[in-house]
Amino acid sequence: MNLGLSLRAKRQWANRLALAMSMLAMSFGLVWLIWILFDVFQLGLSGISLKLFTEMTPPPGSSGGLLNAIVGSLLLVGMATLLGTPIGIMAGIYLAEYGQYTWLGRSTRFINDILLSAPSIVIGLFVYAVYVSRVGKFSGFSGVIALALLVIPVVVSTTENMLKLVPNSLREAVFALGAPKWVVISKVTLRASVAGVVTGVLLAVARISGETAPLLFTALSNQFWSLNLNEPIANLPVTIFKFAMSPFKDWQEIAWAGVFLITLGVLSLNILARILFRQKHRS
Amino acid sequence: MQESTPLPIAVGGNKNDDHPPAELKTQIAFRNFDFYYGMFHALKNINLDIYHSHVTAFIGPSGCGKSTLLRAINRMYDLYPDQRAEGELLLDGENVLDKGIDINHLRARVGMVFQKPTPFPMAIYDNIAFGVNLQERLSRTEMDDRVEWALRKAALWDEVKGILKQSGMSLSGGQQQRLCIARGIAVKPEVLLLDEPTSALDPISTMRIEELISELKQEFTIVIVTHNMQQAARISDYTAYMYLGEMIEYGVTDQIFIKPQKKATEDYITGRFG
Repeated sequence: MNLGLSLRAKRQWANRLALAMSMLAMSFGLVWLIWILFDVFQLGLSGISLKLFTEMTPPPGSSGGLLNAIVGSLLLVGMATLLGTPIGIMAGIYLAEYGQYTWLGRSTRFINDILLSAPSIVIGLFVYAVYVSRVGKFSGFSGVIALALLVIPVVVSTTENMLKLVPNSLREAVFALGAPKWVVISKVTLRASVAGVVTGVLLAVARISGETAPLLFTALSNQFWSLNLNEPIANLPVTIFKFAMSPFKDWQEIAWAGVFLITLGVLSLNILARILFRQKHRS
Repeated sequence: MQESTPLPIAVGGNKNDDHPPAELKTQIAFRNFDFYYGMFHALKNINLDIYHSHVTAFIGPSGCGKSTLLRAINRMYDLYPDQRAEGELLLDGENVLDKGIDINHLRARVGMVFQKPTPFPMAIYDNIAFGVNLQERLSRTEMDDRVEWALRKAALWDEVKGILKQSGMSLSGGQQQRLCIARGIAVKPEVLLLDEPTSALDPISTMRIEELISELKQEFTIVIVTHNMQQAARISDYTAYMYLGEMIEYGVTDQIFIKPQKKATEDYITGRFG
C-alpha cells in the first residue's frame, strides 16, 4: 500500500515536472511572437494616416505614403494567386484521386514537398535566371511568376490532403451509381472538401504577401505609380526593405507602417482560414 | 425460426412457395471465380447462381470473403489497383469481368448500399436526382415524379416530403440508409447489392429496412451480406455460407437453416462456431 502511494506520488511529480517544462517551452515561443506583434503595432500604428493610402512613396526628406506599393502588392499577390491556384488545385486532384498509386504521383508528391520547403530566395534567383536575365529587365510579370511558384506547392499539398480526408466510402457510393471519375471528383469529393481547399489558398496568399526575397530579383521596386507588369513595380515588402535599411527617419517610419499593414493582412487571412476550416468540420 | 414480415401482396405464407424452382432464372452467375488482394487469395473457385427477383444472403464469419464476393458484382474492386478477379462473373449471361465492359453502365444496372449510410453533401432531393441525372435526361416534372417514386419505394417519402431541400446529412441514421436505398433504386437497376445495410442501425430502423427488402424483391434481384443470421433467415430466399474464401454451402434458406448438408454450416448457424 505504502509502496503504491509513493509510486503514485512519484508519478504525480513527474507529471507536474513535464507540465511545467512544456508550459515553459510554450511561453518561451509565445513571448517572442507577442513581443514582435507588440512592437509592430506600437511602431506601425503611429505611421498610419490617410496619407499612407493616398500618396506615393516619397523621395528621402519629404513626406509621402505607400499607395503605389500597396496597389502593386495587391496586384502581384492577386495575379500570382490567380495563376497558381488553378494549377495547384488540379495538381492536388491528380495526386489525391488519380496518381496516388502511380510512380508519377509519388515522384510529383516528393518534388512538391521539396518545393514546399524551398527557400524563397532560390525561387527568386530561378525566375531571375530563366526570365529576367533573358528579357533583360525586372518586371511585374517575373514577380508574379516567382510568387505563383510559391503558391503552387502550398495549394497542391492542402488540396491533396483535404481530398484524402474524404472517406473512401463516400467515393465508392458515388462510383456505385455509375458515375464517371470526373463527376465523382467535381460533384462530390471536391465539394466535400471545398472549405479545406479554400483554407489552403488563403494560407498560400498569406505566405506570399510578405515574401521579399523573390521580389528583389524580379519585380524589384518602383518609386512611382505604375500598373504596367512589364516594368518594375512597387510592392510593400521590397519598399519596406529599402526604407527600413535607409538612414532617413521618415522612410523608416513609413517602413514600420508597411510592416504593420502586412502583419495585419497576414494575421486576418490566417484567422479567416481558421474560421472557414472550423466551420467545415462542424457541419 | 421467424417468418418474413407479411408482404403487401400476400402470396401464401411461405416465402419460397411463390417462386417454384421451375421458374428460377439465373441473373448472376459466378463460374470458377477467384479473387486476389495483391498476393492474398481471398476467394477460391466460387461457383454460384443468383436468381432473378429473389433475395440471396451471404453469411459467414468476418473475413470469409462475403463482402468481397458482393463487391465483385459491380466491380467496386476496380478502384484499387492491387485487387483483381479471375474466372467468370456473368450478369444476364454477359461476363462483367471482360476488359471491354462499360463499368459505369454496369454500376447503373447494379445498385449498391453500404454498411455505413453515405448521403452525399447535398439536398435530399439532389441525393436522389444525382444518380438519375447520370443515366437519363428527365424534365423537371419527370424528375420530381422519379424522386417521389424512389422515396416511396424506400418508405421514406412521408418523413421527408416537406424537407426535400434539406441536406441529406441532417437525417437520422436509419433515414439516411433508406435515402441511400432510394438513391440506389432511383436509377432503376436490375440488381441491388446490400453490404450489411443494417449493422449500423437500431432495431426499429433495421425492421423497416427488412420490410423494405421483402417488398423490393418483387422488382429487383437482391443480394445481401449480413452478419446477422436471424436476418438472413428472415429475409432471404437463398443463403450462401462462406468460410475462409470458400463457398461451403449454398441453397434454399430454409434448408440451410433447418437441415444443412454440411457439418461446418450447421456449426456456424447453431452458434457453435463463429
